[in-house]
Amino acid sequence: MTAARQLAERHRFRWWELLPWIAGIAVFFAFPNYLSFGTQVLITILFALSLDLVLGYAGIVTLGHAAFFGVGAYTVGMMAMHWGWNEPLSGLVAAALVAGAIGLASGWVLLRTQGLTLLMLTLCTMTLLEQAANMGAAWTGGFDGMPGLSFGKILGLFGFDALYFRSQYLYVLAVLFFCFVIVRMLVYSSFGQSLTGIRENLLRMHAVGAPVRARQVLAYTVSAALAGVAGALFTQANGYVNLAVLGLERAAGVLIVLILGGYGRLYGAFVGAIAYMVLEHLLAKAYPTAWQLGIGLTLMAVALYARNGILGLGDALRRRLGAGGTR
Amino acid sequence: MDPVSILLGGLASGMVLFIVSVGLSVTMGLMGFVNLAHGGFAMLGGYAIVLVMRHWGLGFLPALALAFVAVAAFSVVLERLLYARLYRASELDQVLFTIGLVFVMTATVTLSIGPETQVVQLPDWLRGQTDLGFIKYRTYSLALIAAGTALVIALWLGFERTRFGARIRAAVDNRRMAQSLGVDVGRLFAVTFAIGSGLAAVGGGLGAEILGLDPNYPLRYLVYFLIVVSVGGLGRVAGVFYAALLIGVLDFVLKIYFPKGGTLFIYVLALLLLLWRPQGLFGKRGA
Repeated sequence: MTAARQLAERHRFRWWELLPWIAGIAVFFAFPNYLSFGTQVLITILFALSLDLVLGYAGIVTLGHAAFFGVGAYTVGMMAMHWGWNEPLSGLVAAALVAGAIGLASGWVLLRTQGLTLLMLTLCTMTLLEQAANMGAAWTGGFDGMPGLSFGKILGLFGFDALYFRSQYLYVLAVLFFCFVIVRMLVYSSFGQSLTGIRENLLRMHAVGAPVRARQVLAYTVSAALAGVAGALFTQANGYVNLAVLGLERAAGVLIVLILGGYGRLYGAFVGAIAYMVLEHLLAKAYPTAWQLGIGLTLMAVALYARNGILGLGDALRRRLGAGGTR
Repeated sequence: MDPVSILLGGLASGMVLFIVSVGLSVTMGLMGFVNLAHGGFAMLGGYAIVLVMRHWGLGFLPALALAFVAVAAFSVVLERLLYARLYRASELDQVLFTIGLVFVMTATVTLSIGPETQVVQLPDWLRGQTDLGFIKYRTYSLALIAAGTALVIALWLGFERTRFGARIRAAVDNRRMAQSLGVDVGRLFAVTFAIGSGLAAVGGGLGAEILGLDPNYPLRYLVYFLIVVSVGGLGRVAGVFYAALLIGVLDFVLKIYFPKGGTLFIYVLALLLLLWRPQGLFGKRGA
């Protein structure tokens, strides 16, 4: 396949892109007792996907992406708690709007900087929100968060099922699909191309007259809104929200998920979230400390030897076998 | 509390922040390496001090010296074997690698020693109160202030008055130029890294009274150390000193007057400062 044809056709759907969704529906029928866990995996995929847009495509290194996840989670929680607004879909829209607005405001200010300063600023913003949520106990429940939230029926038809997570699973899967289609369209649009350009060569993009900062801020805003949706899904599916949604551990966790899968390639979020969370599910409860040790060693190994994650390893393997990797 | 006691308490915790963070500032300034595992070396130092005092019956000061040497040696091995491979890598890889290292350190300490908080036994001459004439204050806090002041003077002399210090300053300002003039930046960095980690180890032990000591230490104080370094400016000893004192005193004051939300102001302050001067309060523009 020539390079030109490859470029012209890379946005087209390929048959294997249906597989994740078939697998997602198959899981619903095959593992009815694991749907609660499956729901958490799907939420993590969406969160990692939102990070992929800024980190993988726009090349903005942030340590504070859980800020937006937390804002979305708290938005839905506070609306249900204080206003009795527990209609799920409008809750998602509200979470996306609030998280997007905070993404726009913070991105507008923070994205002037880069490198270490940007890392520090994103970290500080997240810690700031965490402290604010801790302090504003009257609104946010402080350290204990808001337990025992209940939400209305989805589309007025399907009630949330606290025991088996059946409706939650399908609901989150549908929202993930919708958000994935948006991200996929964005990534292959001219907007996505210019983001990749900014990541690869900032100076040249400035030189050809691309509105670099506006593009970065827009990508950051969209990503924040998607992370907010993921956070809102977390609150709705689990029926609670607490400070853990805003912490450094969640921010580091989603970074690990994305890098493990492979960033800047759409499906890295899927592979990473499944690999990480299945391992965590199997190992973390039995050996929590050993799990931390293992994840630490994995991270060091990925940073040193496998910078493109699991999917990158797959590509390298295929190239070695002579099939030619596609990216 | 009267203002003088508050100031002294704040200065003491600022000195701890300085002792731990100064090495981080210099190594980040030299190589531009984002080392999130620096607090891990402080934790290892604290544990080394606790363990050798408990099991070998060593005194406090010999234990400090031993921790400095042991952690410096350990860190330079890590630096040569692993860190050195990532100097040209992206920030993202450096962040991942050092977060991974923090996890490994935390898990190793939890597995081998246990998750509980450790207490550093102070010798008798550092306990109790000392009469300064105008005020009586905790001897240990006063000793910390004295130790920190002595250290900053020693470091300043080392930086400004020795050939080695001149090489470091040259390399921080312009690494390529320094290299072209024959400065072996790799070796310079290894030595600085070892000294910085050793100092962090001493700071971890000295500061256990104030910051505590348990396996989650490196993650809990990560943001604090990074704030000190980025407000102080990379590779600036004096800058880190002022920033550490400023943040130590502010944090202490805010915790007394606003016990619930004191730390919030530190983050707001750090955000505003970094937006106003991304290179830090005391850093050089464009460095």
